[in-house]
Amino acid sequence: MTVPLGLAQSVVNLAYVVAAIGLILGIKRLSSARTARSGNWIAAAGMAVAIAATFTSREITSYWLIVAGIAVGTVIGVASARLVKMTAMPQMVALFNGVGGGAAALIAAAEFHRLAPEAGHMRGDTVAASMFSALIGSISFSGSLVAFGKLQELLPGRPLTFRGQNVFNAALFAATLTFAVLAAATEQQPWMVVLLVAALVFGVMLVLPIGGADMPVVISFLNAFTGLAAASAGFVLSNNALIIGGTLVGASGTLLTILMGRAMNRSLANVLFGAFGAPAPSGAVASGAATDGQVVREITAEDAAAMMAYARQVVIVPGYGLAVAQAQHATRELADMLEARGVSVKYAIHPVAGRMPGHMNVLLAEANVPYPQLLDLDEANPEFPRTDVAVVIGANDVTNPAARSNPESPLYGMPILNVDQAQNVVVLKRSMNPGFAGIENELYYNPKTAMLFGDAKASVERLVTSIKEV
Amino acid sequence: MSASLIASLTILALSIFLGFELIGRVPTLLHTPLMSGTNAIHGIVLIGAMLIAGSAHSGLEKTLAFVAIVFGTINVVGGFLVTDRMLDMFKGRRPPEGGA
Repeated sequence: MTVPLGLAQSVVNLAYVVAAIGLILGIKRLSSARTARSGNWIAAAGMAVAIAATFTSREITSYWLIVAGIAVGTVIGVASARLVKMTAMPQMVALFNGVGGGAAALIAAAEFHRLAPEAGHMRGDTVAASMFSALIGSISFSGSLVAFGKLQELLPGRPLTFRGQNVFNAALFAATLTFAVLAAATEQQPWMVVLLVAALVFGVMLVLPIGGADMPVVISFLNAFTGLAAASAGFVLSNNALIIGGTLVGASGTLLTILMGRAMNRSLANVLFGAFGAPAPSGAVASGAATDGQVVREITAEDAAAMMAYARQVVIVPGYGLAVAQAQHATRELADMLEARGVSVKYAIHPVAGRMPGHMNVLLAEANVPYPQLLDLDEANPEFPRTDVAVVIGANDVTNPAARSNPESPLYGMPILNVDQAQNVVVLKRSMNPGFAGIENELYYNPKTAMLFGDAKASVERLVTSIKEV
Repeated sequence: MSASLIASLTILALSIFLGFELIGRVPTLLHTPLMSGTNAIHGIVLIGAMLIAGSAHSGLEKTLAFVAIVFGTINVVGGFLVTDRMLDMFKGRRPPEGGA
């Protein structure tokens, strides 16, 4: 800067430096279990400093609009964060992410409108950053809403696909980029509107063909997108706090997306364009043939309870069904009763069980399940051959042996919990419907496997009652 | 190219590397809270919305800015609170110091 800043503006910029340090320390601490909670609050404090400093910024001449907007947003934000059930956390994160992207797109649109009288004389970097912010922010907004819809089951969780979808999407994206170039070249408002609409449609088309099981990775991807949109809004407004905050999220979010994909043994490209879980011609035929003419064995709660009560070791494999049914407390009770009878009880937690990595850990922690009982994938698999009963509660794809044996399966190569190596498997499941990925699970046709149909919580409660009577 | 743009590009480049370095070794357990926490951090877009709102003139600009502020605030407030609720679930169940 060659122009000396006024004292007040220097104070604002110094406050932004303090805020940036808070955000950086916050992210750092969030990536370690011991420090995560304080990290979240340090980041929040950094954010508060940035917001407070902005109030004193010389660019702001009118306050009522800002105060009203923050008041409305705070009420909505607090209410939704407090009222949401633990099971609905993932879609809530998707919504919060979407509105962030929407805000970045709106900033770009508003600034473009404000500069409209200078059409033909706008600064190149401002125009380019506006286009990027509008494009990425809109995609993140509509994409996140679709992800929300899928997780909330307002939209079908299965991939929605049609012939030539990838070609259509590529063409749509090319058209959207063209509108961005036209808007930048002409500096005319209507092109900006066309760009925003096209980007919103593209966001919808991008996420629709992705199966519900992949939503965590998609949300993480869109999270990184929103970060980039915020960073480019920073270039639009020449604001370094926005650039730092947005870029940190864009970069760390990209890495997190890759790490999450790796935990599922999938590349990002495969998640985005693979239409995972779609009725792939060869895969579907193969898995259909594998289950043809095979029967499923049903078991009563009494029989299952007896089997577990006289076992030496029981391993519980929780999944999304447990989360939906809020069965974590009943499950804890079941485990306590088994332990009181001298049965060794462990929980096998697949890294992507549920709708988000760590989802199961959070739920079981809520039910005060002792930490040493939780086994991760690498610890759990050697236990199964020594286990008398593996109890699968609402988990599906993470137990599918096709991931090991069937190269045709879309799951092939994903590390799974080898529950089929236990002496007996009891599967608690609502119905024979395939899991979220929409793939048959041959585990259910294994002669070792017995099915206990019903809502997970009701089934676990029946098991608890039955064990009392054993 | 202005000096401030160069400075901003420098900040951009350093922030990219910093973002990658910060979360290099995060355990799977923390993927969800970390995503949620960083999700709240991009709510910093709120201060951009404030700057736009503070100098908005036309009704359209004011409307866009108002919605952007509401959106940004939901992102910040909801994001940090939801992350805290998630992390709250982990308390009191860590392995005791020195191993179980």
